[in-house]
This record gives sequence, structure tokens and C-alpha cells, in this order.
Amino acid sequence: MLKEVFKRPQKSSIFRESIFKEIEDLGINSIGIVAFISFFVGGVVVIQTALNLENPLTPKYLIGYASRESLILEFSPTLISIILAGKVGSYITSSIGTMRVTEQIDALEVMGMNSLNYLVLPKIIANVFFYPFVIIISISLGIFGGWVAGILTGLVSSADYIMGIRSDFDSFHLVYSMIKTSVFAFVIATVPAFHGYYVNGGAIEVGKASTRAVVWTSIVIIVLNYFLTQMLLGK
Amino acid sequence: MIEVKDLYKEFDGTPVLKGINATFENGKTSLVIGTSGSGKTVFLKCLLGLLHPERGDISYDGNIYNQMSPDEKRDLKKDIGMVFQGSALFDSSTVEENVMFPLKMFTNQPYEERIERVNFVLNRVNLENANKKYPAELSGGMQKRVAIARAIVMNPKYLFCDEPNSGLDPKTSTVIDTLIQEITKEYNITTIINSHDMNSVMEIGEKIILLKNGVKAWEGTSDEVFRTDNKDLTNFVYSSNLFKKVREAQLKEDSK
Repeated sequence: MLKEVFKRPQKSSIFRESIFKEIEDLGINSIGIVAFISFFVGGVVVIQTALNLENPLTPKYLIGYASRESLILEFSPTLISIILAGKVGSYITSSIGTMRVTEQIDALEVMGMNSLNYLVLPKIIANVFFYPFVIIISISLGIFGGWVAGILTGLVSSADYIMGIRSDFDSFHLVYSMIKTSVFAFVIATVPAFHGYYVNGGAIEVGKASTRAVVWTSIVIIVLNYFLTQMLLGK
Repeated sequence: MIEVKDLYKEFDGTPVLKGINATFENGKTSLVIGTSGSGKTVFLKCLLGLLHPERGDISYDGNIYNQMSPDEKRDLKKDIGMVFQGSALFDSSTVEENVMFPLKMFTNQPYEERIERVNFVLNRVNLENANKKYPAELSGGMQKRVAIARAIVMNPKYLFCDEPNSGLDPKTSTVIDTLIQEITKEYNITTIINSHDMNSVMEIGEKIILLKNGVKAWEGTSDEVFRTDNKDLTNFVYSSNLFKKVREAQLKEDSK
């Protein structure tokens, strides 16, 4: 499948158009839900961290530090990717699967098109290059949500929180986060596309394929997360 | 002209086409008929290159498909138009975008030329003022006409239709049949239609091939359909009471 996907596109102008369309469908249309979840989870992370730091000798700025680290290292790249596996993955499987069962993919093939390349490559490129921006938005809004929650609950002062956010920042953690995001973005585009492209039958099979695709995409993300963390952060 | 020699196709060890030989001439409407499961769709998909036969040759104007390079196959496909059973229109695109798609993909024509060609073929299939509509907003007959327009927009040499009348009322079926036949004559296209509609057989079938259990059981013209004693064909044709009565009337007339 991947060999066909990565062949040279048949017409570059159409390919460019498809990439922008996919960026809108898969990326821009996901920003709303990502922003909403990130903001509130950022707040929850701050509240839980603050409530668990019972020792009065522990400096309060650690709340900001811990929130930043958990958002950059795990929440934004991994959990948001799993959420996107559900939202975007099911969309990819059902749209390609419906094209398969209604013979639209056969119609493309009869015209002489490389349907895998035409349908899947723009999704991969859109995901791999756009999702890092989505995750940066997620990290930023998560940190902002944490700051708002800290102020509103009085668990941490603005000055302590900002100090924690700025202390001991390791830029490689952000690189690690972006590497993970790009790998997960590739998985979110390809696993559901595979399940949709090779579906057989009718509407029920497309539905089953969507469910299967989301489950497998999530599993692959979780397993890859373990190995990537070991490879990139392990000593 | 399309020639098929000893075409054999199986799925998981079960043969579906068992050595089919056939010739389809230019400018003629050929019908492949048979009951459901007789192998008609598999036969058509093999001709289109969507399925790969285990054995046999398919040649387009003397060029054997299996021996063509990927580029030659791609070029050949530009000469092929296909009308699918369910029309297979891109449902997120308008009628105009559907018909324009092959032109956009395979030609470097400017937009003005493309839209002119799209309007021409839509007029040809008697579909005006539908350019901006989506397939879901059209009736089954209109969808079929859009599919025909998309199939002929590149001026194909070969036109394939899989059950073009399925789900259509008799009047609309006749309109679609007549349209396909007119286009075949006008552009001297080699047209192959998969059907089990006896009206189509009688209306437009210049050459008819009957498939039964993956074997060519009969071949002839529409005039010969009611005069043959081939058991497989008569069983197929006279499963309809209407045609049974036509046959009886014809035999009576012949005996006078």
C-alpha cells in the first residue's frame, strides 16, 4: 500500500489543492476541540498538582513546572493524538470506505488514477506537517488554562506559576514532543486509510471498519509512544 | 475492437470465469447478459483492469493489456469510459466538478475550454441547469446521465456500462439505453453493457453474449434471441412471462 501511496502525484496542481483541502478538513477543523480540551485539562493538571503538593516546604512554582512538563511531554502529543485518532481517524476511514463501497475508488482507477496516491498522500502530508502546529496550540492553551485555574482557585499565584513555567526549560523536550506528534500524525493518516481503502461490503462494514481503525490507531500510538520515549529520552 | 481470449478468473480456488472468448467490435453496442452470479461483473472488471485474471488475454485494438507497461495502461485508461451500476459519482463534488474531473486530471486545457466541453456533454445527455447540483440532489436517472457525461467527456474509444438501468423505471431505462446507443454510433465507440434487462437486449443489443456459471453459453444478435433453441438462453429470456408470450406469438407467426 505505502509503495503506491508514495509514488509521484499525477498532477501537481491538483495535489496541492488536495493538501490544502485536507489541512482544512483534518487540521483546522480539529483546532476547536483540541483548544477546548487542552484549556480545561491544563486547568485540571494544575489543580491536581497543587492539591497533591501538601508539604509546605515544597515551592509553589513547582506546580507550574510540573504542569508544563506533563503538557509538553505527554498530554498534548499523546492524549491529543488519541483524541484525533477518534475524530480524524473515523472521518478518514468512513470517507474512504464509503468511496470504496460506492465504487468511487473503482471509478478513479478506471480513469487511470493511482487512487491510493490521490486519496491518502495529501492526508499524510497535511497531518505530518500541520499537527505539530495543533499540538503547539494545545500546549500553549493547556499552560494558559492552568494559569487561569491557578488564579481562580487561589492554589497558586500568577508569579509562582509563571516562574515554574520558565524554570529549567529543556528545549529537547519540545523537540521530543514534536517528533512524537509527527510520527503519531503519520499513524493517524495511514492506519484509518488502510481500513477504509480495503473495506468490503456496505454501510455496516464501513461503520465496523471505522471502529476498528480508531482502536488500532490508538493501540499503535500507545505502543509507539513507549518505544519513542525509550529511544529519545531513555539513558 | 476488444478481443478476449480464454479468460479465466477464480476467487479463493473457486472459478468464476472459465475460459471466455469474445470479440467486441467498434461502433457496436454489445450486451453481456446472464443471471446474478453468472460472472458478468467480474468479466467487466477484468476487461477494465480492476481485476487480474489468472489466465487469458484481453487486447484493445491489438494491444494485449497484460503486456502493456504501466504508462501504456494509464494511456489506455484515458480512452475508457465507465458507467457504474450505482453511478459512482463523487458525492462531495457538484455535477460540473464530477464531469470536469477527468479533464482537470488528464489535460492541460484552460478552465474556459473545460467548462465548454462539460456543458457540451451535459447538453448531449439532456441535462441542463444541473451544473451546480450535488449528486444527492438528483434522481437516479439524472445521476446515470451525469455518469454517462463523465464517461464520454474525454472522447473515449471504449465505453463500459454495468447494469445502467438498475433501479430505473422502464421509461427512464429506455432513455438511458437510447442515449448509450446514440453515443456509440456518433463517436464509433466500442460499447459493452452488462445487463439482465431484456428490454435493453431487444432495444439496443447488436451483439449479445450470455454468461452462465462463468461460461459463454450463447452468442448472437437480438434478432436471433427469439429464434434460438439454446436452452440456457431460453431459460434466461423466458423467465419473464412477458417474453414467454412474445415468444409464443412469434412461433405462431413463423408457423403460418
